[in-house]
Amino acid sequence: MSAATKAIEAGHIWTFPGGIHPPERKDRSNTTPIEVLPLAKQFIVPIKQHSGPVGDLMVTVGDTVKAGQPLTQVGINNALPVHAPTSGTVSAIGPGRIAHPSGLTDTVITIDADGNDEFYSFAPLADYTSLSRAELLDRIRQAGVAGLGGAGFPTAQKLALQRPLDYLIINGVECEPYISADDRLMREHAQTIIDGTEILLHIAGCEKALIAIEANKPEAIAAFEALLPNYPQLALRVVPTKYPSGGEKQLIQLLTGRQVPSRGLPIDVGLVMQNVGTAYAVAQAILNGKPLIERVVTVTGDNIAKPGNYWVRIGTTVAELLNHCGFEPVADSKQEQRVIMGGPMMGFTLPDLDVPVVKITNCILVPSNQELAPAAEEMNCIRCGACADVCPAQLLPQQMQWLAKAKDYDGLEQQNLFDCIECGACAYVCPSEIPLVHYYRKAKAEIRNIAREKAKAEVARERFEARQERLEREKQERLERHRKAAEARKKAQAEAVAQGGDNPQDAVQAAIARAKARKAAQAAAAAKQNQEGDDE
Amino acid sequence: MTFKIAASPHTHQRRTTQQVMRWVYLALIPGVLAQTYFFGFGVYIQLALALLTAWVAEGLCMRMRGRPIGHAWQDHTAIVTAVLLAVSIPALAPWWIIVMGTAFAIVVVKHVYGGVGQNLFNPAMAGYVLLLVSFPVQMTSWPIPAELAQIQVSITDTLNLIFTGFTSAGYNLEQLRMGIDGMTMATPLDSLRNDLNHQLTLTEALTKPVFGDIAGIGWAWVNLAFLAGGLVLIKQKIISWHIPGGMLVGLLVPAAIYWLFNPDQAITPMLHLLSGATMLGAFFIATDPVTAATSNKGRWVFGLLVGFIVFAIRTWGGYPDAVAFAVLLANMCVPVIDRYTQPIAYGHGGRS
Ligand code: SF4
Ligand code: SF4
Repeated sequence: MSAATKAIEAGHIWTFPGGIHPPERKDRSNTTPIEVLPLAKQFIVPIKQHSGPVGDLMVTVGDTVKAGQPLTQVGINNALPVHAPTSGTVSAIGPGRIAHPSGLTDTVITIDADGNDEFYSFAPLADYTSLSRAELLDRIRQAGVAGLGGAGFPTAQKLALQRPLDYLIINGVECEPYISADDRLMREHAQTIIDGTEILLHIAGCEKALIAIEANKPEAIAAFEALLPNYPQLALRVVPTKYPSGGEKQLIQLLTGRQVPSRGLPIDVGLVMQNVGTAYAVAQAILNGKPLIERVVTVTGDNIAKPGNYWVRIGTTVAELLNHCGFEPVADSKQEQRVIMGGPMMGFTLPDLDVPVVKITNCILVPSNQELAPAAEEMNCIRCGACADVCPAQLLPQQMQWLAKAKDYDGLEQQNLFDCIECGACAYVCPSEIPLVHYYRKAKAEIRNIAREKAKAEVARERFEARQERLEREKQERLERHRKAAEARKKAQAEAVAQGGDNPQDAVQAAIARAKARKAAQAAAAAKQNQEGDDE
Repeated sequence: MTFKIAASPHTHQRRTTQQVMRWVYLALIPGVLAQTYFFGFGVYIQLALALLTAWVAEGLCMRMRGRPIGHAWQDHTAIVTAVLLAVSIPALAPWWIIVMGTAFAIVVVKHVYGGVGQNLFNPAMAGYVLLLVSFPVQMTSWPIPAELAQIQVSITDTLNLIFTGFTSAGYNLEQLRMGIDGMTMATPLDSLRNDLNHQLTLTEALTKPVFGDIAGIGWAWVNLAFLAGGLVLIKQKIISWHIPGGMLVGLLVPAAIYWLFNPDQAITPMLHLLSGATMLGAFFIATDPVTAATSNKGRWVFGLLVGFIVFAIRTWGGYPDAVAFAVLLANMCVPVIDRYTQPIAYGHGGRS
């Protein structure tokens, strides 16, 4: 065992550069148990709630569905399905607003609940070790499990990567201020999370899992400490409270001292990471056959009367959720009210409340403008370097900001813009209140666009060249065919002659010879006459 | 129903440029008080003149550049420039010195380069150097510490001196700078450098009354006061320790070595540290974020460089103090320093 591995085993916690300590304000929502949100009358289920291809529809308008019934199917493109959150009737399928920073629309399935909440039949599994790895992965995929902590990457796909693994990391850090969904889940369902972790270990063929929790969650830590002695494969790691210690790359650095190579994946350094919520969902999917149709959402902020955590069915609208938690937007202050999906550091604002909660929604934050003051006017950069000091990716945010404003995209790539994790630490400290992350996002989108355009142009060019080549080739082939045909004709004639047949060539020759002979005879006759005449 | 759209992050630590700058000039208060105690009230008049000039110059520049005027005043960077220049020049220098220096700093050094954040050189120090090169006599005529002076200068006299060049009793600055022994008194560094150049040994040179006990009467305390203010800035995380630390080490180490080998011909390390503009330079001037290196490693190198240049100029150069020159020279090296000290980004082969 190398020294580095020994240190990991011994529970050494490394550090990562930068980071900030914004006010946590988690105690507003984490003191009460998770409450079950009463069922809504209508649910809106977007068919894409994860990264990757979407499944084909399995229902049409008018169909009745039961809770947990798949609405889209895995199909040939290995898509991730979505499921009906409750029993009822499909009342519409079509474009609808989804929870996305850009306010995009996408296909959504609207379900009118019948209020009975009848469940589809699930197949529990007593002994998961009896199934093959592929069967287990399929079960997870069929249940629609995607990473609940971040971008919603399909869990089965992540696990399917066949490469040697040193550790599975279970991320229970939850470093974003305000959010306590994972915290409550860990306090109340530590056993299920552990079950899920064991299943994940089994599927990944990995020996050991590290469960990471931030030091500001003593109750969650205690819950795991009580159970873990029975699980030698699992080890608890308490990481210091600092934002963004829960970022995938930062947590890997904290627990193992390793760095995921730029544009690489954790598996490149022998690691795979899953969020605690995902571990919980995996346990539900494998052990109970239950698909992912609900999750814990933190609802918090000064303008919420009943902040707390709620079990929310996927597809519940934010309006429904906020209504229940006591949010009354004041009509005239509406312009200034922000409703944030996610936390204050990385969440995005919603233009209205008709968007649904999806698999990756962990928090709805409705702050007053006192607790989270709106951005002030952007001033000039004074090059104070505060941003570089806090950047966990060790980038130079002020430099990138100049370059982004100058649209110097080559320069930005040289400054490793794409290693920016958009954590917002730089913008948080910037005394000139420059919306740095906003500039980076814009620049990234631009660069991606340019790359896409370039790729398109490249494809077009290739097509054009291929066509030119084809035409040229066809021309050559045509000529070649003619040449071959001519040759064949000649050969055929030669053969015919050899076999004693008429040679058309000979006929021509004979005609020429005849004409020559005739000319010669005439010439001779004329000469004779002349001679005779002279003689007289 | 629609709500406000905003870009993340939705929270901010609420330390604005204005607050940062306010900390900087508030932290200068102990130093200014010490200066007042030893060198009289002149510094307040210089401050008032500098602030007024900066305010007008900043407003005019923004106007000419077609930018919102309030914007510029609001960030308080001009105030810091003005204050730094005012405490750097001799307290009884004629009024046009500070006006000219401040105007040059704001108009040419800051705005011609594109305003705050764009300037290559530290405005206050560029202004200082311009003055020093153009008016060497006025710029090196520091009043002598009150306890050594024959004539005490009242507030009215201070005003008269700065605006007319004479006190009401008709003394000029040169006469006021006469010591009890009847000799015009230079600053400790100046006096020492002259004496060493005139083949006096260190021990002999240090017998002059201006040296007092530690590093020159008044000067040591002024420096200690600036040091105190600087430590507050580090504590408040307004500045990082890298530049001041680097500068003091960069000054002290070569100074100590040189002194060990040349005990009779060198300025003592203590005098280096607590005389002239050392502490003001280390904590308030070299730390100007706009013109210093950006990464912590770069700041450390930048500080070392400033310190070393200060040592070199004080030891071999033609000017008594060197902080301004050193800072400007180091400013020029910033792009190179930044280039070679850029931190390795995550995932690019660096080590944790
Ligand atoms: S924190 Fe803001 S003002 Fe300071 S260097 Fe970075 S971008 Fe510029
Ligand atoms: S948002 Fe990007 S540049 Fe800013 S601190 Fe985070 S990683 Fe660094």
